[in-house]
Amino acid sequence: MNTGLKKRFGNAERLRELGLLLFILVLGAAIQLRNPAFLRVSNLMSLFTNTSILAILAVGMMMVLLTRGIDLSIGATIAFSGMVTAMTVARFPQMHPALAIAQGTAIGTVVGMVIGVLVAKFDVLPIIATLGMMNIVRGMTFVVSGGRWVSSYQMPNSFKAIATGRTFGLNNLIVIAIAVYIVAFYFMNHTRTGRRIYAVGSNPSAAEVSGIPRRRLIFLVYTIMGGLAGLAGVLWVARFASAQGDTAMGYELQVIAACILGGVSILGGVGKISGLILGTVLFGILANALPLVDVSPFWQLGIQGATVLVAVMANAMVLRNTERSALRRRAV
Amino acid sequence: MEDTKAPEIAISAQRQWSWKEFFFQWEWLLVVVLLMVIGVNTWLSPFFLSLDTFIRTPATFLDKSFIVFPMMMVIILGKIDVSVGSTVALSAVVMATSYNAGVPMPVAMLICLLVGTTCGAINGVLIAKFKELSFVIVTISTMMIYRGIAFIILENRASGGFPGWYAFLGWGEVAGIPVMMLAFIAVAVIYGLLLHRTSFGRVVFGMGNNATACRYSGVDTDRVTMTVFTLAGLMAAITALFLTSRMGSTRPNVAMGYELEVIAMVVLGGVSTNGGMGRIAGPILAIFIVGFLSFGMGLANLQAPVVLVVIGLLLIVSVLALRVRFTVKKKKPVV
Repeated sequence: MNTGLKKRFGNAERLRELGLLLFILVLGAAIQLRNPAFLRVSNLMSLFTNTSILAILAVGMMMVLLTRGIDLSIGATIAFSGMVTAMTVARFPQMHPALAIAQGTAIGTVVGMVIGVLVAKFDVLPIIATLGMMNIVRGMTFVVSGGRWVSSYQMPNSFKAIATGRTFGLNNLIVIAIAVYIVAFYFMNHTRTGRRIYAVGSNPSAAEVSGIPRRRLIFLVYTIMGGLAGLAGVLWVARFASAQGDTAMGYELQVIAACILGGVSILGGVGKISGLILGTVLFGILANALPLVDVSPFWQLGIQGATVLVAVMANAMVLRNTERSALRRRAV
Repeated sequence: MEDTKAPEIAISAQRQWSWKEFFFQWEWLLVVVLLMVIGVNTWLSPFFLSLDTFIRTPATFLDKSFIVFPMMMVIILGKIDVSVGSTVALSAVVMATSYNAGVPMPVAMLICLLVGTTCGAINGVLIAKFKELSFVIVTISTMMIYRGIAFIILENRASGGFPGWYAFLGWGEVAGIPVMMLAFIAVAVIYGLLLHRTSFGRVVFGMGNNATACRYSGVDTDRVTMTVFTLAGLMAAITALFLTSRMGSTRPNVAMGYELEVIAMVVLGGVSTNGGMGRIAGPILAIFIVGFLSFGMGLANLQAPVVLVVIGLLLIVSVLALRVRFTVKKKKPVV
């Protein structure tokens, strides 16, 4: 890509992020006009607390999407890790919360590793491998729990405090999400492995020819995704103080949608942490504000789907225009 | 007009018959698996092995089989459609609501077909006209939108109260054979001919192997893509008709996860997810394998979640097995 073209694409990228920011501000203002409770500190805090699980998952999903993959199994992984962890703390109430978090993360990591082997070693299409694992893991959740729930009264307070406690005046979930984002920002932008993930996604064969261990990186991203989904499972169960077989059913779609809104391309190689933050905040607002402006919760799925479709189509059209004008500029 | 007729060269497409090749086919493996499933079922229940089982039991699982055929075409094209379950839900919900709003039932059924076809056509147009968007993201977002609309229409209520004759579709029999079975056979024959005996079918296979080459040889590839996805929508609506008739009412969360079962059947049937490969007999056998397997697990008193696990495993194992099969084939020198 010559520098001029690169600049134009860079501009398009910045324009997109600016547009997203503008849209969030307009949406926020509109909601504020309809319901003045929206911009209260308490509401914003609960908005960010609710969005933090989505945000954590979006980091993993971005890495997967960067390598041209997709992971549809995370909703099931959340439920499985959450269920097993909840059953463990119900049995051993003295268990330290950090240990519970570690256990959930480990479970998710194992699920992610299985998917990683299927996709990286055996070249199974990511959508097929994760669709299959989604069923397997979801079924296992029902099997281990025997179809029963783990309810609030069975969980020790120390466990529930994971999601209700505060650190530095902020809810723990927000703190964990910020920590994940700082680590992810460093990893994706300042480590060799992080940059290589981009390389694998934007041109797999070129990456392989230049000696980048493509398969190992693909294995790595699914493992990270699984680990984050396992972590999110513990946080989810602690937050809602209930573990059920159908926890987080279909949540993978929201995570993918948040990534797409944040400018991550499903064709691989394109996506930034900054965009991801905007995408998840927008999604958090959509989820949080609908009840505030008296929209029935049943509208949520449709609105989310439409937002994704419009976002990807708008993105495609902007890119088409940029390419066309770049070509026109070069023509004599 | 100039004489531009190219010299005709006779190309023999017929490969030499060999016993070895005849028996080393994926479909025979499926037949063996099907016999094993039937054997285990017979062992589980002494009442299983009867003619009645093979004529009437399939009606319990044939509803989703109608989508298997267009999904096979979608996968042969090298694409995947995950929105079919949502299409089933939306067309069923629209049919039920319009009937309860006073539309006569036959018209409501036509509306159902129309809604499904429209859903499929929207997928097709988006995928054909926005080539930079992957089919994954298009069908995932329409999957959310279609079911989202179903939820907007019915919220969490059920809708039913259909006229008595409508139940005939799902429960009725003609000459002792369930209507659903007859419909399935008809659809299977139509799709078999469409895939293996028409130029449209050849083009679908061709596009799965090399869409660019097809386009340069004068095939309207966009139109083929749109047709295939529209067919998927239409067949999803037919599934909605039979499913609703069997259940007597419908809800917005109906047919959740159908896309997975359908994709699993197609892949188990030997259709490669890389596109361009597959024969109609495979998915048909796979429908009965998965169907009798779930039925047998019901006989063994296994809960639905175990069935979930088994179908997921089946999908992954068959993809792996197919992969092994293709790599073994590739190593042989081409004669």
